[in-house]
Amino acid sequence: MKRLLILGTSALAALACAPAVLAFCGFYVAKADTKLFNQASLVVLARNADKTVLTMVNDFRGDPKEFALVVPVPTVLEKGQIHVGERAVVEHLDAYTAPRLVEYFDEDPCRPRMLSPLRSAPGMMAGAKGDAEARAKSLGVTIEARYTIGEYDILILSAGESAGLETWLRENGYRIPAGTSAILGSYIKQNMKFFVAKVNLQEQSKLGFTYLRPIQMAYESPKFMLPIRLGTVNAAGPQELFVYALTPRGRVETTNYRTVRLPSDVEIPLFIRGEFPRFYRDMFAQQVKKEDMRVVFLEYAWDMNWCDPCAADPLTPDELLQLGVFWVDQRPTGPAIPGPRSPRFAPGGAVDVFVTRLHVRYDAAHFPEDLVFQETADRAIFQGRYILRHPWKGTEVCEAAKRYREELYRRADREAQTLAALTSWSIDEIRKKMRADYGDLPGQPRKWWQRLWGG
Amino acid sequence: MRGAETGPGRSQPLTEQDPRLYQIAVLAALLLYGMAWLDFDVGPERTMAILGTALATQYVCGRIWGLAAFDPRSALISGLSLCLLCRTNEPLLAVATATAAIASKFALRWRRKHVFNPTNFGLVVMMLVTGQVWVSPGQWGSAATFGFLMASAGCLVVTRARRADVTLVFLGTWAALLFGRSMWLREPVAVPIHRLESGALILFAFFMISDPKTTPDSRVGRMLFAGLVAAGAYVVQFVLFRTNGFLWSLAVASLLVPVIDWLLPGRRYRWPSAVAPTETGLGAHPDRERARFPSALERSSA
Repeated sequence: MKRLLILGTSALAALACAPAVLAFCGFYVAKADTKLFNQASLVVLARNADKTVLTMVNDFRGDPKEFALVVPVPTVLEKGQIHVGERAVVEHLDAYTAPRLVEYFDEDPCRPRMLSPLRSAPGMMAGAKGDAEARAKSLGVTIEARYTIGEYDILILSAGESAGLETWLRENGYRIPAGTSAILGSYIKQNMKFFVAKVNLQEQSKLGFTYLRPIQMAYESPKFMLPIRLGTVNAAGPQELFVYALTPRGRVETTNYRTVRLPSDVEIPLFIRGEFPRFYRDMFAQQVKKEDMRVVFLEYAWDMNWCDPCAADPLTPDELLQLGVFWVDQRPTGPAIPGPRSPRFAPGGAVDVFVTRLHVRYDAAHFPEDLVFQETADRAIFQGRYILRHPWKGTEVCEAAKRYREELYRRADREAQTLAALTSWSIDEIRKKMRADYGDLPGQPRKWWQRLWGG
Repeated sequence: MRGAETGPGRSQPLTEQDPRLYQIAVLAALLLYGMAWLDFDVGPERTMAILGTALATQYVCGRIWGLAAFDPRSALISGLSLCLLCRTNEPLLAVATATAAIASKFALRWRRKHVFNPTNFGLVVMMLVTGQVWVSPGQWGSAATFGFLMASAGCLVVTRARRADVTLVFLGTWAALLFGRSMWLREPVAVPIHRLESGALILFAFFMISDPKTTPDSRVGRMLFAGLVAAGAYVVQFVLFRTNGFLWSLAVASLLVPVIDWLLPGRRYRWPSAVAPTETGLGAHPDRERARFPSALERSSA
């Protein structure tokens, strides 16, 4: 049996069909009258001891003028603590951690087994200042800092009470949905500050980017959490969040919600090769439903030094540094160890980074609290891995081949049942699609009475 | 359990049986449920290793400290609790945790009473010392909390209502702190309710802090103790922003128990099944009670 192809599906690819105007983590509030709509966001959390670097990527595809972001942050950030990063690095991390398809080819049962070298294909990547401050002060809002970084105009606000902050945000063109005030108030009382960003159109056109780059912030705080409550207010339906944690010790999990491994290492029918993003989306939706939308899913937990099979190369030390992994030495790196081999190892030698990919679909009813995390010492590896097994198509006749063909039908039926259970797709549809690979499958045995009148 | 209630010639009614049997049943059921439905990161081998180590340590320490009889019940409770809570990649560390837990009962004593709840001690020490042991408070989810609560509450009603004070005061204080915090922050009521719907909280409240062998002897002392543990857990979780506040807080508060017992003396708890038929007619003086009613450990060595 040999493994030939690995297909990953990144979070971005899987969600590519989602409607535009996405917002980040629910922290985004649209400016002006654009319909508020939050759907997917990607967050990278690089954390060691109490030092955290947070990278936020959004799928915002609307008019940059409409873009606005409000994030509660634990401290006032200096200019040097904020950075605009490169989207490609996050996309690489996303691809590296993506659930993956692996293919195996059955061997000729009439011949003794021979081990073949492994090959893999690259993953499928988805690609008037004084007045303003006086007014702010009268509302109890303090503009702690004001920066233009990259294409963003950024303010760090602190506030005395939520009504003042809400008024300030409204007066400054942020459309705040009803119900936000109470949540802002709870963050104010916890002494949190507010990171508020808009796109500076002049800077954006100077820089020439057609998309919004990820905003990064570095801070030191014992709080290991993500504030998701603001986002649940303006969301039209549940939101999608991917959290990629980079930590030195081991796997990261939520402490106030259950963290559950996504079903993995299951054999599914061959036609999924052409429908993997759809499979991933529907399987995830089904698992969310099964768990009553009350859990956080673990999709990947791995030592960053290698992968097997690889949906994408491990990140280089330089890329890790860009994502905020400050405890990795900067050193000259070559390209990833070349060749379509699996496993692959990280270039630049061993790094002390464990990556955890969490995926959560949430709304206010099922996730009333912000997500709180802890880093565990668990270095057990886990990946979302789905297996395609190509049948042997030889025509030789031997006793083993006969047994193989009998087993093949049973296996095909198991695959159909597995797929139906994972995705809640119709089993009849699945069997119909499987005919191309297996011919007619036996399916359900005919009932005794079906023989009587041709039923 | 009052000695007078289990006097000579009286058979114990079911409701006055050793509460540990009910606890063992509930913990074992929880473990099976967790392994089968909640994907707890503990397999049959690990379970066997922890339980086997706990029992073996109880036996060996019992021999070393000269106990006459081997009583597996407390060790089983500690072992089952560790299976539910202790997580590590290293099987040897799980074994070491179980050993430390049970051995602490024998080694760390103050005035004929062990200082720490064994499970609590094992977990806290191994988390501190090795950095390779962790507890996953989120593993329970909130789906089965109600059933768990009922089973645990049953534990109180059926077997040891007399010592329910610790659990009830702890839960009451904790709930008051959570609701108070959320009212102060103007958070919706769903937030504190979600925090209370925690299997980790229920396990702690009904099976760990309530351990009658490590809580203060007097009722007032126990209530004070329960309040302190709740307040400490709040500080760990909402001021220091660290996880497993209950465990850290209980470990620290346990060190205060000798002081509380000194300030507020009371009658020492004894497992009901350990009450010998002749040991009835208790006097009110705690010291005299202690003389008559040494702990189960001491009695069985007698």
